[in-house]
Amino acid sequence: MQVATGISVAEIRKQFPILHQEVNGKPLIYFDNAATSQTPQSVIDALVHYYQRDNANIHRGIHTLAERATTAFEATRKAAQGFINAREVEEIVFTKGTSEGINLVAQAYGRKLISEGDEIIITGMEHHSNIVPWQMLCQQTGAKLKVIPVAENGEIKLEDFEALLTEKTRFVSVVYISNSLGTVNPVEEIISKAHAVGAKVLIDAAQAAPHHPLDVQKLDCDFLALSGHKMYGPTGVGVLYGKREVLEAMDPYQGGGEMIRDVSFDGTTYNDIPYKFEAGTPNIADVVAFKAAIEFVEGIGYDFLHQHEMTLLERGKEKLYGIDGFQPIGTAENKASVISFLVDGVHPFDLGMWLDAKGIAVRTGHHCTQPLMDHFNIDGTVRASFAVYNTVEEIDTFAEALTEIVKKFRK
Amino acid sequence: MSTIAEKQKEIVEEFSMLDGDMEMTINYIMELGEQLPEMTEDQRSEENIVKGCQSKVWLTAADEGGKVKFIADSNTAITKGLVSLLVRVLSDEQAEDILKEEITFPQQIGMNRFIGTQRSNGFAAMIKQMKLYALALSSKTETSA
Repeated sequence: MQVATGISVAEIRKQFPILHQEVNGKPLIYFDNAATSQTPQSVIDALVHYYQRDNANIHRGIHTLAERATTAFEATRKAAQGFINAREVEEIVFTKGTSEGINLVAQAYGRKLISEGDEIIITGMEHHSNIVPWQMLCQQTGAKLKVIPVAENGEIKLEDFEALLTEKTRFVSVVYISNSLGTVNPVEEIISKAHAVGAKVLIDAAQAAPHHPLDVQKLDCDFLALSGHKMYGPTGVGVLYGKREVLEAMDPYQGGGEMIRDVSFDGTTYNDIPYKFEAGTPNIADVVAFKAAIEFVEGIGYDFLHQHEMTLLERGKEKLYGIDGFQPIGTAENKASVISFLVDGVHPFDLGMWLDAKGIAVRTGHHCTQPLMDHFNIDGTVRASFAVYNTVEEIDTFAEALTEIVKKFRK
Repeated sequence: MSTIAEKQKEIVEEFSMLDGDMEMTINYIMELGEQLPEMTEDQRSEENIVKGCQSKVWLTAADEGGKVKFIADSNTAITKGLVSLLVRVLSDEQAEDILKEEITFPQQIGMNRFIGTQRSNGFAAMIKQMKLYALALSSKTETSA
């Protein structure tokens, strides 16, 4: 595949050293991208460079290394601001990932501004990380959690959401793209409808960030959380976006260094946003290297990403759907490049083990969405999730391997 | 050499012939699983589920003429094969031998490489459960004697 800008998948693949290896004697085919994506050489180089040249604690040091580390750290904040089109750089809070971002909001916003009798709405396809923090908040405050039902094809209906909205709705937290099903949710409509009743909205963009352009001003969401490691970046770094006025209204999440202005035994004053939410020495190296991942995604561009991933998805459907007993789980019309499936009479675990023996990495299980699996009345699925470095040839190999494996169970 | 140790040695020898080939190994494990008799619906009860396994594993035991007989099953073909290895090693043995003998074959056949650490935790849970059954059955025998 080649586009006008001269980007090719072959060239992209060359930037990922990890892909060029054999697993169980077969060339690695990595289809577990929704769990974590691989990192290009530029991200690895940035990590190494940081530790070889710039490592120091940030923000308060006056020496040269501290200055360099601080500059690099804050440069990523600027890059993240541009990446999601936040109005101000102070609206970017670094976290260790999407889960921490959601927990931060549930606690720092929720405990202060949500109380007994208030209602919080999520969808039935949320990752546990967008369920449990709200359940915890409900236990702490007496608020009530309501769930938008998921249809058989893995979509939610806006009218079902509207039916749940009341004057008591204080918060709506929804996933942009489902990790288990690939469903792309109509978040713009959800946000505007939630705002109409005065509720705040958080968008879980963990799966969206690698596939879909994010513009928080256009979306008008109050919060958005994403993870670096799902978008070709390092693990242990994430971004929480929050509108300035909302972040300022919140209490700090954790206490410690960095998040304070003055501390005395009589009382403490807190730092400004975003530092108020970044207690302790952050994951400096990974934040610094995350900038290279943002640049990688921006360098390719979402047009190419989308076009290529849709090619992979269509090829997957074409090659896989005809396999004996193949049962796709999640067939939403607007869907990211994820194929979750079952094969009649074969346990997902057996499929996953066999695929691994053939060098193909997929995920099996409930994908941290147990309530969704319960809804479909299944224990789990096999999930193949594609990234920009995957090829149609890999999909073909995958389909051939799966066909062969299924035959073993059809004696 | 005890029969448990002998059976473990046999398994190690059988697996060594597979030469570390993942596909051949899985094929072999599945064949072993197919030979393990299926449990009845009644036996596949909640209380017989071994906790700590990723896929479902059911295990029960009975005293048969002074020896412990294990019956086990799983809802996945590969796990069933792995479970069959433990049944082969520990079933039809005296409770005291089951309690005494160390189970070494999973490490020796490189089970970690084939099933990953999460699976071997399940394996460890299964061994523990089998020893608990042996303990329960042996104390029952002592009491009644």
